[in-house]
Amino acid sequence: MKQISVFLENRPGSLFSVLDRLREWEVNLRALSLADTADFGVLRFIVKKPEKVIELLKRDNFTATLTEVLTVGIADQPGGLSSVVGILTGEGLSIEYLYAFVSPEGKGAYVVLRVEDYDKARIVLESAGIPLLGDLSL
Amino acid sequence: MDTKRGQEVSPTYWDEHAEIIHEENLRKLQFNRLQKTVNKAWYHLPYYRRKMGEAGFRNSNDLRSLSDLSRLPFTTKQDLREAYPFGAIAEPMKNIVRIHSSSGTTGTATVVGYTHNDIITWSELMARTLVGGGVNEDDRIQVAFGYGLFTGGLGVHYGAEKLGATVIPMSSGNTLRQIQILRDFNISVLCCTPSYALYLAEVARDSHIDWENTHFRIGIFGAEPWSEEMRAEIERQLPILAYDIYGLSEVIGPGVAFECEIRNGLHVSEDHFIAEVIDPASGDVLPPGEKGELTFTTLTKEGTPVIRYRTGDISSLISTPCSCGRTMSRIQRVASRTDDMLIIRGVNVYPSQIESVLLRFEGIEPHYQIIVSREHYMDTVDIHVEVSNNIFSDEVKTLENLKKKILEALKGELNLACTVKFLEPKSITRSEGKAKRVIDMRKKEDVP
Repeated sequence: MKQISVFLENRPGSLFSVLDRLREWEVNLRALSLADTADFGVLRFIVKKPEKVIELLKRDNFTATLTEVLTVGIADQPGGLSSVVGILTGEGLSIEYLYAFVSPEGKGAYVVLRVEDYDKARIVLESAGIPLLGDLSL
Repeated sequence: MDTKRGQEVSPTYWDEHAEIIHEENLRKLQFNRLQKTVNKAWYHLPYYRRKMGEAGFRNSNDLRSLSDLSRLPFTTKQDLREAYPFGAIAEPMKNIVRIHSSSGTTGTATVVGYTHNDIITWSELMARTLVGGGVNEDDRIQVAFGYGLFTGGLGVHYGAEKLGATVIPMSSGNTLRQIQILRDFNISVLCCTPSYALYLAEVARDSHIDWENTHFRIGIFGAEPWSEEMRAEIERQLPILAYDIYGLSEVIGPGVAFECEIRNGLHVSEDHFIAEVIDPASGDVLPPGEKGELTFTTLTKEGTPVIRYRTGDISSLISTPCSCGRTMSRIQRVASRTDDMLIIRGVNVYPSQIESVLLRFEGIEPHYQIIVSREHYMDTVDIHVEVSNNIFSDEVKTLENLKKKILEALKGELNLACTVKFLEPKSITRSEGKAKRVIDMRKKEDVP
């Protein structure tokens, strides 16, 4: 699945200017996370048609990039996330960051994972029988 | 040596007689002309006569050789300001056919007058300058220097016409139109400030302009200090060879010194100007190779002659011969000025040095600003850099590592402790003339 990341300058209104543009284009955010440092932020989110959205963002002079991330469905119960992380850790794969969202039906949870070695992580999870979400299923 | 776009590198001169003059003949010519200039100043420039008097001169025939030049007093920008408006003009006003004036951004403007002969000389000098950069009569030259009181536009314009090239007098600004004309008229030479060339390149890139199959091949850039790294960046973004030209309105305008195809220092038109490099503190003349403040003495100027005019530009003289064949000696390209030196907690730094460090990092755009302020009696420097898609990643650590490396380089090479702030693209104002790289909040006029 492809995630969009947008650079945010540390000043009032920079988050709003991205969100306002997404509203204008009628883009619905499926999941998002905001990483912040002392002087800048990175807004990461999952949307439908990410290629189209990033093109619009770049046209409007936002600094943005597309990244392949893994989106995994996890059981909505204690230990649901730890089993997935355990599998990756067991294979020596480190996680750069992750964030979670609930499924549209409210039945389960999903975790967006950014790992260093995307291809290997995908194979590891698939062979462990963990379902990965593709772009279309959202 | 570059031979981009199949450019011929065999040397051609505009005025062979002057450009490859024998040293001995040159010195004779200079001394003759210097005597005339000093005479003229003595009789027609009260401000300079007063200065000569204070320096112990009792008449204007006190010069016995060229080396006596160093005994003459300097002319400063302040002298010219105090002469505002016409006190630095050494001719009756009826002989003056044109007036130019420097921008008064840092104080009262300085005013210079040109006689008919001055305009002819200036055109000749600019023709030399253009030919030095490989321009010829078949070229189409887009002049994007400002036209008006600023000498850039009209100075280049007259030289280009003299050369017989086709001139497109765009003046500055209106970037989209500039690009359209560049393409539609199949322009081969662009003249403007280096920072404007970069801005134009950026706008062209955003408009997906493809420079392939155009005749665009040469950039003649000047009117502000710029670094070698900046030149490399311009040449990466545009299909041209970029040449540095040097001049200032107080001396004549563009056309005082220019780069030849070797692009290692700028040839001074020594039949019209004498360049000296002095220690800005003591005023002592420095030998070739030593860095100091450039001064110029005009030798043929009628309207506003100046003697040992202190430019504030930092350079050094190169006395070794140039392989282009020109015998006129060279000055090192000007990358900084005495008055743009920043003193940060006792450390001297020039903006061009900061630029050199920044542009060495892959993906850093040449749009930056240096903000100097004072907090709790301590000078602080915050360098604003735009984050382009080339350096951005979804991982926070990418930018943080880049920032760390920039800070290390600035600290290691310039001993400058500062902060770096990443900005969104295009948040730094683009300049259509001289770029404003430094905002010094310690100065009243810079506080927005």
